[in-house]
Amino acid sequence: MTAAIESHEAAPARTAKGAVFDRTFEALCFGAATLLLTALGGLIVSLAIGGWPAFAKFGPRFFISSDWDPVQEVYGASGAIVGTLVSSALALLFALPLALGVAIFLVELCPVRLRRPIGTAVELLAGIPSIVYGMWGLFVFAPWFAHNVQLPIMTAAPPGSIWETITSGVPNGAGILAASLILAIMILPFIAATLRELLLTIPPAVRESAYGLGSNTFEVIRKVSLPYIRTGAVGAIMLGLGRALGETMAVTFIIGNSHGFPTSIFASGATIASTIANEFAEATGELHTASLIALGLVLFVITFAVLALARLMIGRQVNS
Amino acid sequence: MTVQTLEAPDTRILALPEDEVTIQVKGLDFFYSGKQALFGVSVGFKRKAVTALIGPSGCGKSTLLRTLNRMYSLYPGQKAEGEVLLDGEDVLARGVDLSALRARVGMVFQKPTPFPMSIFENVAYGVRLYERLPRAELANRVEEALRRAALWDEVKDKLKDSGLGLSGGQQQRLCVARAIAVKPEVLLLDEPASALDPISTARLEETIRELRSDYTVIIVTHNMGQAARLSDHTGFMYLGQLVEFGETDQVFTNPATGRARDYITGRFG
Repeated sequence: MTAAIESHEAAPARTAKGAVFDRTFEALCFGAATLLLTALGGLIVSLAIGGWPAFAKFGPRFFISSDWDPVQEVYGASGAIVGTLVSSALALLFALPLALGVAIFLVELCPVRLRRPIGTAVELLAGIPSIVYGMWGLFVFAPWFAHNVQLPIMTAAPPGSIWETITSGVPNGAGILAASLILAIMILPFIAATLRELLLTIPPAVRESAYGLGSNTFEVIRKVSLPYIRTGAVGAIMLGLGRALGETMAVTFIIGNSHGFPTSIFASGATIASTIANEFAEATGELHTASLIALGLVLFVITFAVLALARLMIGRQVNS
Repeated sequence: MTVQTLEAPDTRILALPEDEVTIQVKGLDFFYSGKQALFGVSVGFKRKAVTALIGPSGCGKSTLLRTLNRMYSLYPGQKAEGEVLLDGEDVLARGVDLSALRARVGMVFQKPTPFPMSIFENVAYGVRLYERLPRAELANRVEEALRRAALWDEVKDKLKDSGLGLSGGQQQRLCVARAIAVKPEVLLLDEPASALDPISTARLEETIRELRSDYTVIIVTHNMGQAARLSDHTGFMYLGQLVEFGETDQVFTNPATGRARDYITGRFG
């Protein structure tokens, strides 16, 4: 009897305490989310303010010109912007087929006992710090690349042809193409892992239906599986692209770091990130610093646009 | 199998004349990574007739269905032993061309499985795997299949729309159309109406009844009424065994085995 009364009285007290706790919890979560958003906004604003002198001085020429000359105090970012876009696009071009192959192999073809080792290897690849890739790229990959890829291609190019122009450069292995290849290796695991997850979302019955009509594995993958994950796959690719765009250390090591508009895939170049990494410590004049911050803002906008697009596409896939 | 030791194995299987059946199953055992799921199933599926497989969940109905087109071969741990003769040829034998087999034995699944492409392309998909048809002929084939699946009137004006945009019932009839467009001999239906509303179910049943004149139809169903309405023969399965197989009327009105009687009258399952 007493126990019943006690529990009866205890019940409202506990509810009230629960409500207070709940409100506190909600407020904390809201605070955390707001803090993040404020930080993001603050970042954009400070980049805009810091970069303003460069935008004010050069106007549109900041984006169009490729003259980047700290001595003359002239700053044009097009070389770095194009270098960023080209090296990332090439990286994607190399990484995508491989990533697709890895993902399809892991989901459709791989014997069960090999699935884990190969999956782990792909994840390990994602875990290697980028400075290690950079070092390896400069000391091991670049000499090999110069000797076995760059030189043969350059000597094979007929003099005076477009072929010769786009492959000209110092045969030391450091350049835009070499940087793209290193980037490709770095983004491969991300794309492969996401594609694998997407392939695993295909209902078994849909695959079985395709097999049930008599398709072979290739037909199932090409005509049913890939179309099924199409939207999400574009998102996965964009995520890889976003990573390639912002990658700094590895690229700084191997891209050669020269300003100017890149005309050859073997020429040394620069990306936005590598330019900032190289020059920030030595930037003395106000304009130099401002130009580097402005570059940062440009990179931020490009990456943000790519990632936003990726989110949008992956979201659409999940919803449909 | 403690049940067998408690009750005398009491089975009754009607043997159909071999020249009337498309598929003859003989002594079929099935294993999921070593765990046995079918025990010596022997049964014939009559040509141009509907055979229903009923029984409680997990009794092996779907497993039996999935051996008939070797669907289980997609999964390395699964294994079938015995004989499944399709027009006298053992489909379980090594070296059987699975694509050719599946062109002859079509399948429709529990949930609709439209492919991410247009309605037309969904139906044309299977046809294109085997035949290079001129455009007009392919269009005819697609129309014919959609008509047989009783879907044509609903989709004829939007063949280019995505198959994913149809209602569940329409999607399921689309899957039937896709399966029959290949012109198989046998059609396997694995609980095709379980995800559909009553009206869609009625339409689908109408479709199945029409298919009966040309195909050997084998349907797994949990819906007793559906089995009684649609089928010529009914097989009752329990714990991986075929317990009773016979004319549908006889199985439903006067089951010969105790377990089939209990199941049909709703005493278990």
